[in-house]
Amino acid sequence: MSFPWAKQYQPTTELGKFMDSRLPLPRFVHGALGAGYPTPKNLNYFYNFGVLAGVALVIQIITGVVLGMHYAANVAVAFDSVEHIMRDVNSGWMMRYMHAVGASFFFGVVYVHIFRGLYYGSYKPPREVLWMLGLVIFLLMMATAFMGYVLVWGQMSFWGATVITGLFSAIPLVGNVIQTWLLGGFAPDNATLNRFFSLHYLLPFVIFGVIILHVWSLHIPGSNNPTGVDVKGPQDTVPFHPYYTAKDFFGLGVYLTLFAAVVFFAPNALGEADNYIPANSLSTPAHIVPEWYFWPFYAILRAFTTDFLFIPAKLWGVIAMFASILLLFFLPWLDTSPVRSNSYRPLNRILFWVFVAVCLVLGVCGGKPAAEPWVRLSQVLTAYYFAHFLIITPLVSRFEKTLPLPSSISDAVLAKYGKTPTGGSGGLGGAAAQPAE
Amino acid sequence: MIRLGALGLGLLFVITVLWGAIQPRDVVPEDPVEKLHLHPKEIAWTHNGPGNLGVLGTFDRKQLQRGFQVYKEICSACHSINRIAFRDLAALGFSEPEVKAIAAQYEVASIDDKTGEPATRTATPADKFPLNYPNEIAARAAQNGAYPPDLSLMTKAREDGVNYVHSLLTGYADAPANWTVPDGLYYNPYFKSLNIAMPPPLAADDQITYADGTKATREQMSKDVTAFLTWTAEPKLEARKETGVAAIIFLLILTGLGYLSYRKVWADIKGKARSNVVDNV
Repeated sequence: MSFPWAKQYQPTTELGKFMDSRLPLPRFVHGALGAGYPTPKNLNYFYNFGVLAGVALVIQIITGVVLGMHYAANVAVAFDSVEHIMRDVNSGWMMRYMHAVGASFFFGVVYVHIFRGLYYGSYKPPREVLWMLGLVIFLLMMATAFMGYVLVWGQMSFWGATVITGLFSAIPLVGNVIQTWLLGGFAPDNATLNRFFSLHYLLPFVIFGVIILHVWSLHIPGSNNPTGVDVKGPQDTVPFHPYYTAKDFFGLGVYLTLFAAVVFFAPNALGEADNYIPANSLSTPAHIVPEWYFWPFYAILRAFTTDFLFIPAKLWGVIAMFASILLLFFLPWLDTSPVRSNSYRPLNRILFWVFVAVCLVLGVCGGKPAAEPWVRLSQVLTAYYFAHFLIITPLVSRFEKTLPLPSSISDAVLAKYGKTPTGGSGGLGGAAAQPAE
Repeated sequence: MIRLGALGLGLLFVITVLWGAIQPRDVVPEDPVEKLHLHPKEIAWTHNGPGNLGVLGTFDRKQLQRGFQVYKEICSACHSINRIAFRDLAALGFSEPEVKAIAAQYEVASIDDKTGEPATRTATPADKFPLNYPNEIAARAAQNGAYPPDLSLMTKAREDGVNYVHSLLTGYADAPANWTVPDGLYYNPYFKSLNIAMPPPLAADDQITYADGTKATREQMSKDVTAFLTWTAEPKLEARKETGVAAIIFLLILTGLGYLSYRKVWADIKGKARSNVVDNV
């Protein structure tokens, strides 16, 4: 950790001293999550969602490992083995519902986490790598969730797998070869199910590894904060433990209460009824839709309906869908504004909320059948999605007149309680927009 | 350079997708099926608890037993409930001898232990309800081309499934004048294609005689068998809701304590900020 006032780890017991000179694991934990990690003292509840995402992953891994003990990855019995878990395995219904609902909650939490990063400019220097690692985690999550959904081997599993792997067939020349290679055949079958199970078991641990890198790269510059202003000294920070462990524990309680409410009282509310019908390659469901957390991207995929510049519509959709996420990797260089937090960016703040609304409505469009008015609406919104990042953001960050920043986090905290700080540093009005580094 | 490239790429995507948006659309003729199709009726169920919210609620054991009787005497002519074992019926309030007696009415596939030839034997409580047909082809051959699905999961395998099953069973009607029903099919506005191959299974009141003396109206039989099929699809429903109430109570207390400790831990930081305000007024 980079702040010089971070409290150093001091082993007090004999065992502690013994370990510290051999494998300094306690020192590592102290530095990562303990009092050795000074954290801005003004973090709001949106900063809970990183920890919540970590907990959501752990819940998925624990319930998933238990489910894996009873699940059988074979097309003849996969669906039956899921029902066996639901009916005959002790508390199997609870494990499965926690796992299924947990996936939805994981995505929900991660979306809040991502939008929090967008609002407070957490992707800006010096946190670009931190942001990009987060996007890698997001992509891995999407792959994992998709393959996990296929494992149930219900109707939507089968047809979802058909549609999503079919996307690769849009690639010119080699598309069909790639699709066949991914599926291990010409259509989803036992080879597909087996490899998806294998990868679905592997990827969460890869995600865990990338999370370690994500947290590591967080701890180099330290956490961003709602003002976006850099930490200036010890008066701006509190030790992570006990301050943020206490706050995160409270946030976790709220999260788990909501999670339990859905798991126990409405476990199928977020799922598709069709997936309780065993997979049948001869009967296509009327509407093939992914889970809700993929809806905005599904809407972008389906928004491209005309061939253009000799590129077929389907390939445009596939390119756009992948581009919609990949362009986020370039966001730190597209948004050049020196001010991080949207609290001090009046124009960009409005555009942020417009973008949130666009994503939500795109999600609604993605869950609807491909018919009017939804197609045309998703076309307009898709255009805005790309314009937001690729055109509007670079222009706004160049020409926007930002509000004066507080001179420090402490000043901002004091201002919140209705007082102009006195401590000589120029006060609220004095600080010009400072470079974000 | 990045921003110039982004501008070009952005314009390309925007123009392409908007080019699609301004294309004229084919006029889609109104789908006559969609016009006649009805959404399931909202019915109050005991397993949905107070306010029909689905939060609390338990099964009515008497109703489940009646529903099982409806299934056994009517539905089972064509439909299986193959995910249910006879032992599971204990959850409906049947005693062990009663479960054994029910199982004894069924024959299941086995192997002759002398010759090794396929054979049948009397079912035991550990067996599942047998399939009516060995496979889909056999079912269709026997059912004039229609395939009666297994009902174990039916109330979860349809949108708003519990209300759907009840609506479907009581929803048979005469087709409107502008709708022709092909031979051998029946008009039912709750069915997705409106034409269902299943003949009205609950044709008249008192089609069966309930063991507990309840009057067997069509509505009653439909509700009872739907409740039974809710149980076959979600046999752990009661355990789930009970666990849920306990879990929520535990988590609310834990969260409350968490909030108090959070306030206590932060008291010095927040207090200092507040007192500074007072000091400087």
